[in-house]
Amino acid sequence: MNNTIIEINDVSVKFNLERERVNSIKEYLIRRMKGKIEYDEFWALRHVNFKINRGDSVGFVGLNGSGKSTLLKVIAGVLKPTEGNVQIHGTIAPLIELGAGFDFDLTARENVFLNGSILGHSRKEMLEYYDDIVEFSELEEFMDVPVKNFSSGMLSRLAFAIATIGKPDILIVDEVLAVGDFRFQQKCEKRIQNMIGKDTTVLFVSHSIEQVKLICKKAVWLEKGHVKMIGTSKAVSAHYELS
Amino acid sequence: MSTYLQNFLKYRPLLAELTMRDIKTRYRRSVMGVLWSLLNPLCTMIVLSIVFSNLFKMDIENFPLYILSGQVIFNFFSEATTNAMNAIIGSASLLKKAYMPKYLFVLSRVTASAVNVMASFAALIVVMLVTRADFHWTIVLAVIPILLVVVFASGVGLILATYAVKFRDILHLYSVFITALLYLTPIIYPMSMLPGMVRKIVMLNPLTNMVLMFRDLALNGVLPSPFSFLLALAEGLFVLAIGMYVFYKKQDSFILNL
Repeated sequence: MNNTIIEINDVSVKFNLERERVNSIKEYLIRRMKGKIEYDEFWALRHVNFKINRGDSVGFVGLNGSGKSTLLKVIAGVLKPTEGNVQIHGTIAPLIELGAGFDFDLTARENVFLNGSILGHSRKEMLEYYDDIVEFSELEEFMDVPVKNFSSGMLSRLAFAIATIGKPDILIVDEVLAVGDFRFQQKCEKRIQNMIGKDTTVLFVSHSIEQVKLICKKAVWLEKGHVKMIGTSKAVSAHYELS
Repeated sequence: MSTYLQNFLKYRPLLAELTMRDIKTRYRRSVMGVLWSLLNPLCTMIVLSIVFSNLFKMDIENFPLYILSGQVIFNFFSEATTNAMNAIIGSASLLKKAYMPKYLFVLSRVTASAVNVMASFAALIVVMLVTRADFHWTIVLAVIPILLVVVFASGVGLILATYAVKFRDILHLYSVFITALLYLTPIIYPMSMLPGMVRKIVMLNPLTNMVLMFRDLALNGVLPSPFSFLLALAEGLFVLAIGMYVFYKKQDSFILNL
């Protein structure tokens, strides 16, 4: 079996930053006629190339605006690269930004099923996972409360519990571990470690180098859209901390 | 093609969940709840029939039923397309974070409205019972024009949703357009009342055909001519094809404009 699970081939992503936002048809037509639609080109990623093997745990480090989140979006299939391509051989569970997958008027219970279906799980599958989700998120008494009444910690607990059910081939964790209390963070880390042990590939973005070192074997250092360094998480973070 | 089908099958639960969410959140925190789906068309019907039966002396034998039957189809179309138009914009936070087939958000709005139309259909039957109208067996076939509207509205919804992402003007324009469309559909007036020119314009409206078909089947016990059925089907499929095409072409740029 092919051991490569994610192949990133010469990926570049360009954003057109409109100097003045053209948001209406009238404006658009007027400018079009005047030939005045100006864009600032911005390359969020430039010629990014690497492969990730099954069962790897990869941390992404870099300053704000270095392209970490863009890269993860490309991998998750949310964003199409302007150039190059990405090949994924497996299922992806994106650990979506807090509450993005929730409908705030629905109860936690209803959101479990809604969120599960976003990840491609049927209602029947979700029923099997349901108890596990409730137990992990420790929200038993709150399952029939609309999530708009939840605290951010409760939301993240629920989101994490849902995203990590089953056995996804790839788990994407983007900065979400920063919330929740210390004890819950540890619980999450433990769960991620567990998944890595079970052949899940984990992609992890964090500003905390300590967390990256703790969880990931490998690391990718991005700077201004370029890959500056790839290697073991220890080596990369040593260099990164020096810079 | 088969990969698209596979993808659809994988995400079919999402369509069901989104539809259910739309229905659930619609009447959340209202005392009457789902009953509104039934009451709403009834109340509008009462208002309209009081106003218009006094205004014009028209020779329609059961005016409330006439209005209500037209409303069932028109409100369904208007609600489905308006909601579908907002589908992509309203799901921005989600679409930015995870991959899922985007057209499901548009479709779920149409299917949710389709569930809702069943309630207005029930309202129609209640009024038929109350006014002691004759029931014809053809009322069973009245689902056919409803399905035709589903196809048509999905097409229109896909087009609107696509362009509303780039140009928010569409949201405002469309509400004006829908009002104009209301008067270009024979809902409160009979076709026979129209002078030649206006009649032609009204006949050009695809909804006219669907409303007339629905009325014939539900109220008059008349089967529509094969021509009008095929015409409605062709119009629906044509618009759906355009909708699917523009949506498919533009969907990758949605995230940049959300």
